[in-house]
Amino acid sequence: MIEDRTTKSVRELTSSEKWFVGWHVIFAVAALSIGIQYGPMQALEHAGLDLYPKLSFLASSYYQGLTLHGVLNALIWTTFFITGFLTLAVIRGLERPLRYPWLNRIGFWMMVVGLVTAAIPILAGKATVLYTFYPPMQASAWFYIGLVLVVVGSWIEGYGMYFTFYAWRKENPGVTSPFVVFASLVTMVMWQIATLGIAAEILAIILPSIFGWTSGTDPQLSRTLFWYTGHPLVYFWVLPAYLSWYAMLPKQTGGKMFSDSLARLSFWLFLILSVPLGFHHQFADPGVPAAWKFIHAMLTFMVAFPSMMTLFTVVASLEYGAKKRGGKGLIGWIRALPWSNPSVLWQLLAGLLFIFGGIGGIVNASYNVNLALHNTAWIPGHFHLTVASAATMTFVGISFWMVPYLTGKPLWKPKLAVIGGWTYFTGMLIFSNAMHVVGLLGAPRRTPLGLAPYIPEEWAGHLWRIGFGGTVMWIGLMIFIVVVAVTALQRKRLPENELVEVPLAESLQDLRNTPRWLDRWRPWLIASVVIIILSYGPQLYEQITQVQLTSPGFTP
Amino acid sequence: MSDETPQTDDAQGDDSQGDIKRHVHIDPYEKNWIRISIGFLVFFVIMITIAGLALGIQVPTDEGRVDPNTLDSEPPWSEPGLREIVPGEEYEVYVVARRFSFDPREITVPVGAKVTFWATSADVQHGFALEGTNVNMMVIPGQVSKLAATFDEPGEYNFICHEYCGLGHAVMYGTLTVEK
Repeated sequence: MIEDRTTKSVRELTSSEKWFVGWHVIFAVAALSIGIQYGPMQALEHAGLDLYPKLSFLASSYYQGLTLHGVLNALIWTTFFITGFLTLAVIRGLERPLRYPWLNRIGFWMMVVGLVTAAIPILAGKATVLYTFYPPMQASAWFYIGLVLVVVGSWIEGYGMYFTFYAWRKENPGVTSPFVVFASLVTMVMWQIATLGIAAEILAIILPSIFGWTSGTDPQLSRTLFWYTGHPLVYFWVLPAYLSWYAMLPKQTGGKMFSDSLARLSFWLFLILSVPLGFHHQFADPGVPAAWKFIHAMLTFMVAFPSMMTLFTVVASLEYGAKKRGGKGLIGWIRALPWSNPSVLWQLLAGLLFIFGGIGGIVNASYNVNLALHNTAWIPGHFHLTVASAATMTFVGISFWMVPYLTGKPLWKPKLAVIGGWTYFTGMLIFSNAMHVVGLLGAPRRTPLGLAPYIPEEWAGHLWRIGFGGTVMWIGLMIFIVVVAVTALQRKRLPENELVEVPLAESLQDLRNTPRWLDRWRPWLIASVVIIILSYGPQLYEQITQVQLTSPGFTP
Repeated sequence: MSDETPQTDDAQGDDSQGDIKRHVHIDPYEKNWIRISIGFLVFFVIMITIAGLALGIQVPTDEGRVDPNTLDSEPPWSEPGLREIVPGEEYEVYVVARRFSFDPREITVPVGAKVTFWATSADVQHGFALEGTNVNMMVIPGQVSKLAATFDEPGEYNFICHEYCGLGHAVMYGTLTVEK
């Protein structure tokens, strides 16, 4: 098992499997490279520099740009990268081909068709509804159809992974599943349970209203269904990053995975606790009883627990590796980490920023405390530390070994990639801090503050920091895009003996020690469904039985 | 942490296979970390509960429904504005949010007044956040939002729409004046 891995030659991905994963990365990076162009435009608008009239070919309004920024970065870059990365983890982890490669291909190309279908109305200005698309604000039907295709495509790719895992289980009875495979499957299963909400919102409420089959929508029920998906969406972004931190980063830093069983336990906790807490996004909603909001606040605190466990295990694994590399001292070992490796650097900085993101998340979840910051600039300040730091910076770090692995080409200018990491990190610190501050002062989110008549002069310094930080972040990510693009397009190839491997860390503990209850699916799946029914059942029943489809659609 | 001979701790020592013990190994440092984590989370929950129950800082709750298409003919929404309940002490304001303004846009109350804000929307989703107070709520068509605040300091307080409601969203706000 583990011992064998070092001696026996492993089954690497075949050329066609590499291409399949590679297409995910190509679409992901392409979406990101367009999506981030709007970031500095928004940030500079806050600082008083309105670029929209000059760059009208990019967006006809702030809100159209914001819709593109949110959809392309938070939905497309993440979903495409994650499905590609998890496909690689499953194939490499199981050392076997996909059971039905055609099924995964269908899923992938459905996502591509969905992306194009949703992108056309957004670019045409027919879907300026932001990535939360709250009804009764209404976009072209194609926007929603495109989103549904992206989600269903990702489901189908997930099914492909399940069939592959099932086949492996039959071929390897009694063997504990490799952690990276286990974590990939938990992520996909959680995603499929979570996206049922958004699927119901679009298929049962929004599209029937657009087609004129109903007299309108019920905006409150729509919000409840949306946030049933909206918060676990965050875990869909973050869990693949956790996978990398738990099981790959230790290998890259010369260490081992500190605890295989606790890592599994925390993923199981994410499976059962990620979904039943969406009301913490609706603390300020009128149509949800306060008692249910309080219950979901408690459940949100519970899901903070596996994240705290993750923090310990990841830091412990890093310390183990750093001390083996000669690092000394209570804190001093940190210097012995391979900071000059761009893949490691981006992920370490991602984890560092995520500590602030996690603390902010606990604040957001704190029921009445939320009144001080609901829908203020604090919120985008917060989630740029999660999706744009923990997830995005980790995916960037992964790309720095994955693109060389997939292409057999050396990483172009690793030093520049390191500079890019520090640049983005610095920009993020400035930007997100300023966003949190103006949010507490009362600045609303999703608003071109440069146009808002109620912004006092005294905020100018903070707004300037938003503009500056946002621009610096853009430079950092542009460096990433250039580095991976040149890496993939260059002629130079890695010699046979220097080919990049998939970094898979061994566990400090023998995998055969992992208790069986941590490798059994049924009890956890049942627990997940039961908790969802208990936490959402009564309110969904009430809101659905009392549905009032009285809100006709409005275009922005 | 001790990497040489980690102290084992059998959280579950049932399932054995030959001479291999299956168990969850928890490092003693990790045990402490878990205790600290749970301690923090419990502390926060207690603070929130105290703020909610003892200090009465509450979030909006279910206040019944309304038809957004007939607001103009349905009291109290047909006559938005200030109502005096107890002069100088207690007031109610009915606010209708419409793209891209609040009705009423200007409200004046005396210092020391406790004001209850009732709000709904005639079209899309809006927000209602009153500077310097805990009044921060979604304003959703078909639903009635309610929160209250007491004003002990004279001055001008803006109430801002904080949910994207269309191209004119950035200019949607009103002002509450607290007079001596």
